[in-house]
Amino acid sequence: MPEHQAAVSEGTSARQVAEFLYRHSERIAQRWADEPLFRSVFTVSRDEAVEAARAVAEALARVAESERVHDTDATGFVVVREQLARMAAARSRAGASMAQVSGEVEALRPPVASLLVEECADLPADEVREYATALTVLMGTLRLVVLDTALSEGQALIERQQLQLLEVATPVIRLWDGVVAVPLIGTLDSARSQVVMETLLEAIVEQHARFAILDITGVPTVDSLVAQHLMKTVAAARLMGAECVVSGIRPAIAQTIVHLGLDLGTVVTRASLADALAYALHELGVGIVAPASGGAGAR
Amino acid sequence: MSDRLQHGVTSHVPVLRLGEVLLVTLQGDLHDSDAQQLQQDICEAVANSGVTGVVIDISGVEIVDSFLGRVLAEIAANASLLAARTVVAGMRPAVAITLVELGLTLPGLRTALTTEAAMELLTHHDPAAGRGRLSQELG
Repeated sequence: MPEHQAAVSEGTSARQVAEFLYRHSERIAQRWADEPLFRSVFTVSRDEAVEAARAVAEALARVAESERVHDTDATGFVVVREQLARMAAARSRAGASMAQVSGEVEALRPPVASLLVEECADLPADEVREYATALTVLMGTLRLVVLDTALSEGQALIERQQLQLLEVATPVIRLWDGVVAVPLIGTLDSARSQVVMETLLEAIVEQHARFAILDITGVPTVDSLVAQHLMKTVAAARLMGAECVVSGIRPAIAQTIVHLGLDLGTVVTRASLADALAYALHELGVGIVAPASGGAGAR
Repeated sequence: MSDRLQHGVTSHVPVLRLGEVLLVTLQGDLHDSDAQQLQQDICEAVANSGVTGVVIDISGVEIVDSFLGRVLAEIAANASLLAARTVVAGMRPAVAITLVELGLTLPGLRTALTTEAAMELLTHHDPAAGRGRLSQELG
């Protein structure tokens, strides 16, 4: 029974808070505009800050009105989500950590709370307490919403950057007529090795390459997974009719490969890119000779 | 069986002789039974003509499944028993990736980027000196 009573009074207090927020949205907006969160985002115009603060206050009022003060997915938040994301993004660009942003959102509560207490000075104490609790819960939910939007923004940014990384990280270079090279930089995972394989095979077709050099100087570590990716790429290139040479195997990596017992027996390997190119040129029947003394050939 | 009848003679793959090399060009998707027929045709052609090389151009093939992969490897094995070398030419990147992902790296098979490169591989770049050179010397 008491639970039921509490639920009813929670609903009413949420509606009361909603009414209070509607009535004083202008005053709350004025106070919030001076808080660090709004002041640091809207540095140019105070009117804009007031405008944004009023939008947030009205959104909170709508959420309270629907009695869903706990719910971060409440429809009332939808309209200000973009605004909140922009503010959170601006703060994190300025170097504020998540905790700081959270603290700044929390700082929005005291001005409203004091306004509420002023307003309800002549009401019974437990009623005021109910209202204050509802308001606190509501502000906590706002805090969650801000952090949630900020995190999902960050996630989207990371995904975008991963895609960009895939695009830029796999250039295929033509070293000679019929010789192409891919300098691999960074850790090879499945997604990247797939892209490397595809771009390399396309380049072999386009440039009529008979030799493809995979240079792993920039790959920090080689484990069995990376080795497997390399073997796959080598096998695919061979099926296309090109021979693959793996170069840039540093002494430490050679030792790791031997320790792991990986069998690269079918793969031609060379210590450096230069050695690999020399091997390819030799196989192509191309020789490089030093120009005759006198510097006639120097360019 | 009904598939075989439907495809009939139209999907029969021609085996052409160019000097000391047999040229086989696959176009479109090859039915399993056609692939087996082709294997038999090539085997007989090599035995009868005594060529030193077989070039299989698969640049027109978009899908190579594990069966066709195995047939290609068997053709190469058959031909090498008859002292002819087999080169698969013009494999598309997507096909190569699929075969590797299937685990079919076809180790015994020679490959070339184009038919031209394959012919060159068989005629000029011939350190093993097959029957062709021997017959030239004799002649």
